[in-house]
Amino acid sequence: MSVQAGHVVSLTVNGSPATRTVESRLLLSDFLRHELGLTGTHVGCEHGVCGACTVLLDGEAVRSCLLFAVQADGHAVETVEGLAAGGELHPIQAAFHETHALQCGFCTPGFLMTLVPYLREHPAPTEQEIREALSGNLCRCTGYKNIVDAVALAARRGAAAGRHGAEAAPARRGGSGASRRGAA
Amino acid sequence: MTARWLGERVPRLEDTKLLTGRALFTDDVDLPGMLHAAFLRSDDAHGVLRSVDVEAARRRPGVVAVWTAADLGEYWKPGPALVPPPPIAGLVFNSATQVPLAREKVRHVGEPLALVVAVSRYVAEDALDDIVVDVEPLPAVTDLEAALAPGAPLVHEALGGNVAARARQSKGDYAAARGRAHKVIARRFRYDRGAAAAIENRGVVAAWDAKTEELTVWDTTQAPIPIRNGLAAMLGLGESQVRVVAPFIGGGFGPKIMMFYPEEVLIPWAAMRLGRPVKWIEDRQENFYATTQERLQIHDAELAVAKDGTILGVKDRFLFDTGAYDPYGLTIPINSQCTLLGPYAVPNYDSEFTAVFTNRPIVTPVRGAGRQHGVFVMERLLDLAAKELGMDRVAIRRRNFLPPDAFPHDHEILFQDFAPLTYDSGDYGPAMDRAVDAIGYERFLREEQPALRRAGRHVGLGIVSYIEGTGIGPYEGARVTIEPSGSVRVATGVGTQGQGHFTTFAQLVSDVLGMDPSKVQVITGDTREFGWGTGTFASRGAVVAGNAVHEAAIRVRKKVLKLASEVLGVDAGELFLECGSVHVKGAPERSLRLGDLARKANPLRGGVAPGTEPGLEATAYFGPERGNAANGVHAMIVEVDRETCEVRIRRYVVVHDCGTVINPTVVEGQVQGGVAMGIGNAFYEQLVWDENGQLMNASFMDYLLPTALDVPAVEMRHTVTPSPLNPLGAKGVGEAGAIPAAAAFAQAVEDALEGEIEVLEIPLSPNRLFDLLGSRSRP
Repeated sequence: MSVQAGHVVSLTVNGSPATRTVESRLLLSDFLRHELGLTGTHVGCEHGVCGACTVLLDGEAVRSCLLFAVQADGHAVETVEGLAAGGELHPIQAAFHETHALQCGFCTPGFLMTLVPYLREHPAPTEQEIREALSGNLCRCTGYKNIVDAVALAARRGAAAGRHGAEAAPARRGGSGASRRGAA
Repeated sequence: MTARWLGERVPRLEDTKLLTGRALFTDDVDLPGMLHAAFLRSDDAHGVLRSVDVEAARRRPGVVAVWTAADLGEYWKPGPALVPPPPIAGLVFNSATQVPLAREKVRHVGEPLALVVAVSRYVAEDALDDIVVDVEPLPAVTDLEAALAPGAPLVHEALGGNVAARARQSKGDYAAARGRAHKVIARRFRYDRGAAAAIENRGVVAAWDAKTEELTVWDTTQAPIPIRNGLAAMLGLGESQVRVVAPFIGGGFGPKIMMFYPEEVLIPWAAMRLGRPVKWIEDRQENFYATTQERLQIHDAELAVAKDGTILGVKDRFLFDTGAYDPYGLTIPINSQCTLLGPYAVPNYDSEFTAVFTNRPIVTPVRGAGRQHGVFVMERLLDLAAKELGMDRVAIRRRNFLPPDAFPHDHEILFQDFAPLTYDSGDYGPAMDRAVDAIGYERFLREEQPALRRAGRHVGLGIVSYIEGTGIGPYEGARVTIEPSGSVRVATGVGTQGQGHFTTFAQLVSDVLGMDPSKVQVITGDTREFGWGTGTFASRGAVVAGNAVHEAAIRVRKKVLKLASEVLGVDAGELFLECGSVHVKGAPERSLRLGDLARKANPLRGGVAPGTEPGLEATAYFGPERGNAANGVHAMIVEVDRETCEVRIRRYVVVHDCGTVINPTVVEGQVQGGVAMGIGNAFYEQLVWDENGQLMNASFMDYLLPTALDVPAVEMRHTVTPSPLNPLGAKGVGEAGAIPAAAAFAQAVEDALEGEIEVLEIPLSPNRLFDLLGSRSRP
């Protein structure tokens, strides 16, 4: 069947409310990119390995290609577009720039969104810990070294103390009248 | 002109867009009324295509159109031969190029059979399931040697055999050299196939505007201008009616310069037919079948050496898997043939390759493009020779390095650019000295390794040299314009896939025009902005486009000085450019801002002198007479776990010479990334095919890319021998890191295992290493 029953999805994305009616099979990655036009979230493999599509769901890093949009109903999603709110780069973004931690930049949003909650929980990681934290994201251009340096730099500057990173926002519950099938 | 910015670590100007999610990638293009395409692809590697029944797919709600080969009519044509073969005497070359949609036969898994266009990608993929394909399977050609045996199944029946090409290049008299040799080292080497695996898959979006009669195509291509020219010809349009944009590209590495992929042929055509924009985005699984790949070669090679380790000659016979079609000609095997010679004096050489059609996806260059095979074979032969002669590994290399006064050095064979393989410049001894020093070679062998061995640990060192032919022609161009705002626009035809062009090209302009690089806006890969050029390949962006940008800036500077001298009434020699203005020497208050000068150069009324060109703008082209020779040394220390066969890289040193360095940070980033790809190539990455031509590991779950846990921080040193072949003295660097990694890895693993095995194949996964060690220990 090509025409499937629609589901109303209500969520907040980067702090703004959004409501759409979508097919149950619509991936969260496609929802963000094509329904909401937030194309900063990239799709590299659609099987949960490369990490390019990583976003925050209620402050936790998730692979948006492994979630359906309906699973985000009632939750708070954050994407790379929300990091530099106010026009100033997030400390992690600034560190990536300063250490040349991106080349083609396609995988970069996924790395950034992985690191925001990571540095919040691990404010002073060792190099080995950083490498383990990065090991779920694939980069084909940089060879990782400068990404490791970027994380260390951001940690030294106390990126976790920054204003960003969802502030571990609790999930927005209710209010939309939509069904909630929690993904968390 | 002062070189204030050349050689500086300018942070990249393109980063902000990429970091904030505002950079436009092809899949980000969203147009009103846009439709979405999906391709039905062959499940069979080889077979007779009896029928493709698309009637049910056409009936599915939401489907707008479905086409098979039969529906394409006159538009169905095999693709162009992209790279013609070079003029080598006695060359055999059988051209068989890819088709937009298969008809009559399928020749590899993933070959497209039908195109579905629908209201969404989801519906288009639903419709693929509605299509009924009838294929009568044929035995698949998967083994290179069996493919050449009499009676083998044929990939292309009309050719009467599976030989795609055969070419022999030689110099001197190898047979005589062999007769004089103290030792002849002969081995068979195998280097297997992998995927380029850019994190961004391919994609094409096309929109036809029937009112302006203009076609706009966004394409993840490394070569937007040739794509525009080809599309115009195929579609019966003028080149100016077609605009191809290669926006931000999420990694290229070679396969994004295959002209033309079936999708590039069909999506623009579909958009014109339907009068609506059409988008096709490859998914990862498709990428494993439908995007070109590289690297299977089998070499039977031998090295004749004198007692003191002097190379007397090399003979090589090798097979090259070109896949089901050979649109890219002989670039890869010729690179292998040439790069084998390395930084060494090889007086006698006899190399012949046979390119073989197989029922696997098409082979085109992937970062290194055959160069790693040449390096692997030569470096391995030298290692084996050193062992047999009781010589030090570094000593045998030093004995054979071309001396610094040997340049230009003519190797007497042809390179991939059809020019003689002549090294322009280099100094190999100092590069080796630095690597030996950086890795602590003597101390490692004398003290550290024996101590570690006594402690029961298997730690080994690898150290290898290489040459990379880079920066080949034919040409690139650039236009530099000073705008009335005072900012500068640079437009060039090369596309960019992360190499830092927006920054390095800006640096080249900054010095000439006396302004901060942040005031220079670089535009790449949009044929409307610049329509002449060939593309980003062969480590040539900085060399070929970089010199064109530089020359265009110099021409603009001349215009600035001429006009300013008229306006200010002083001799041009009395003027200098700084901070975006022209100043009079010794009278700093007398100055003109470049933006104001640009306005004066474009008067609205009044007369101008005959021959006056408006604006402060110039276009320049650069084409080198031939490629130049970058070089370097890679050294690594690895530890092998004898039980699990896991190999950990303890240290990795690169000494690299790419001539003049425009931005060291960018260069080091290219090398580090190249090494990562080389490590993946050496250790993890192998496309595994069964005897039916089925790919067994078409996902990132099964095809392993190196992660942050696998790639060490590379310790880098530079040596600089500027190239005399271009004004900047630049040599290429994009592919360098990937080229010698496998050779260094093989030597290091062999050393760690104290010669228990010979490493004659790549990749050497832990499983494979376990097999090799296991088979050895069995009685």
